[in-house]
Amino acid sequence: MAELEESPAAQLLKADVKVVNVGLEGFVKDLEDCGIGVVHLDWVPPAGGDPEMAALLAKLGV
Amino acid sequence: MSTFILNEIRKGFYLDSVALMRLSRQIAASPGIAEAALMMGTPSNVAIMRNAGILKDGKTDAQGNDLVIAMRADSEAAARAALTEAEKELDKPKTQADGASAWRPRSIAAAVAGVDGLNLALISVPGDFAAAEARKALSRGLHVMMFSDNVSIEDERSLKEQARESGLLMMGPDCGTAVIGGAPLAFANRLKRGGVGIIGASGTGTQEVSCLISEAGEGISHAIGVGGRDLKKDIGGITTLMAIDALDQDSATERVVLISKPPHPDVAKVVIDRISKSPKPYTVCFIGADSADLPSNATFAPTLKAASEAALGRAIVNDGFDVKVEAKQLAPRKGASRIEGLYCGGTLCAEAQVILKAGGRQVASNAAIPGVPDFEHADAKGRERIIDLGADEYTKGKPHPMIDPSVRDDAIRAALKDPPIAVVLVDLVIGYGAHADPAGHLVETVADRGPDAPHIVASVCGTEQDPQVRSEQARRLRAAGIHVAPSNADACELALAIVNRT
Repeated sequence: MAELEESPAAQLLKADVKVVNVGLEGFVKDLEDCGIGVVHLDWVPPAGGDPEMAALLAKLGV
Repeated sequence: MSTFILNEIRKGFYLDSVALMRLSRQIAASPGIAEAALMMGTPSNVAIMRNAGILKDGKTDAQGNDLVIAMRADSEAAARAALTEAEKELDKPKTQADGASAWRPRSIAAAVAGVDGLNLALISVPGDFAAAEARKALSRGLHVMMFSDNVSIEDERSLKEQARESGLLMMGPDCGTAVIGGAPLAFANRLKRGGVGIIGASGTGTQEVSCLISEAGEGISHAIGVGGRDLKKDIGGITTLMAIDALDQDSATERVVLISKPPHPDVAKVVIDRISKSPKPYTVCFIGADSADLPSNATFAPTLKAASEAALGRAIVNDGFDVKVEAKQLAPRKGASRIEGLYCGGTLCAEAQVILKAGGRQVASNAAIPGVPDFEHADAKGRERIIDLGADEYTKGKPHPMIDPSVRDDAIRAALKDPPIAVVLVDLVIGYGAHADPAGHLVETVADRGPDAPHIVASVCGTEQDPQVRSEQARRLRAAGIHVAPSNADACELALAIVNRT
C-alpha cells in the first residue's frame, strides 16, 4: 500500500526537535540537559510594549 | 495605620515573569512592606496591580515594555529601603543559562534565518504578546508549544486555524506540558521512550499518566499537549484532531491515551468519530465524566491511574503498597472525619474529586467536576474541600504552586489546625520546570505540627530520572511522617480508608 504523504506534524514526531525558546530562560537548560538543540531569543516586548500594535504587526508579517 | 504607596518605572527594561515573581516575593518579604510586585506594565499586569491596591491613584504611565516596581509599605522609609534592594537586584549583571548558545537572536525571523533545522517555538512570554509571537512562528513554518496563558479564545481559534492550514501543531495556549521525541517542553518529566502516545488537554493529567507508565517500565513515544480549551465548542478540537492524525502516522506509537476534562458534546462526537477510524487502540480519559460512548478500538478510563493501567494492559504493581495495610497502621484522629485536598495540579484535583465522590464523600471544589458543587454554590456548605491552588484565582500575578510551593503553605498550616480534618491530601509535582525540592519545602512547612495533627497523605508525580528523583522526594516525606502513596489515585484511596476507620 502506498504510504500517505506525511503531514508536517507527523514529520515533527520523527525529526530531531530543535527549539527556539521565546520567554522563560529556565526552559533552555532543561532542553539542553536532554540533548535537545535550543536557541534562546533575546526577547523584549515588541512594538514599544503595545500589545495591540504587536498583534497587528504580527498579522502583517512584520 | 498609615500606608505609603511607592511606584517606580524602568523604561524599556525587560525580565521574564519567573525572575520577576522571585524578586517580587523577596521584596514583599522586606521589613515594613505589606505588598509588592515587580511586573511588566502590560494591560493585564496593570489590572492586577490596581486590584492589589499598589498603584498610586490606581494608575500608571508604564507601557508593556516598561518594568513597574510597585509596593505598599508601612512607611516611606521602608518603601525606599525595599526599592533600593530591588534596584540592586535588577542591576546585577545578567547571567546566561549554563551552556546556552552565546548568540541570541532578537526575533523569531532572525532565529529561523540563523539556525538550521529549527522546527518548534516554545513560547512563554506574557499573554498580551504571546499570540503575536505564535503567529510569527507559524508564519515561518514552526510548530508552536504555547505555555503562556491569558490568550483570548478568539486568538486561540485563529492561531489554530492558521496552524491547521499549514499542517503545523499549535499546542496551547496554556499548555503546561508536552514531550515531543524526548524533548521536555515546559513542565515535563524525563520519561522512558516507548510505544504509548498521549494527547493531553490537561497538563498534570498528562504528567501523571506519562510518569505512571514510565515508572511501570513502559515508555512514551510523544505527549502532545493541546491546551485546556481545545475540546471546547469554540475551538472544536482542532489540535486534538491533528494530533490523532500525526500519531496515526507515527510508527513509534502503538497505542494512544487521550486525556481531557469532559469535552463539549459536539466536539466529543467529532473526536470519538475520528478515533473510530484510527488503526490504533485508544484509552479515553475524560476526567470527571462517568462514561463515553466509544468505538470498539477505544476504552474509557475514569481516572488517570485507570488510564495508565489500560495503556499498560495490566495493573500497576505498587512495590507492596496496600491501602488497607497502610490505613490500619494509622491511628484515627479523635473527633475528626474530614478530608481536605490541597492540590497544585488541576487534573490531579479533578481525579481526587472523582475518587472521593465514588467513595461516597460529599465534596466541593473551586475546580469542580460535573456533579460536584463549586465553592460558590449553596450546596457546597459543609462539604469536604478539594482545592486546586493552581487555579487562576490563586495564581493571578503569583507563581504557580508547582514552581513555588509556598503558595500552598498557609492553606496547609490552617488545615493541620482544623479540628474536623482527619486527612490533608496533597500532590507534589516534580520534573523540569517544577520546584527543585517540593518535598523539602513541605517537610519544613509542616515540621511544627503537633502529634495529634491530621494525617498528611501525599503522592509524587514524577520519575526516577527527573532532576528531583521521585524516590528521593518520597523518602524525605516519609522520614517526616508524611504518608506517601504511589499515585494520586492511591493517595485518595488511602485518605478514604483512613476516614472510613474513624
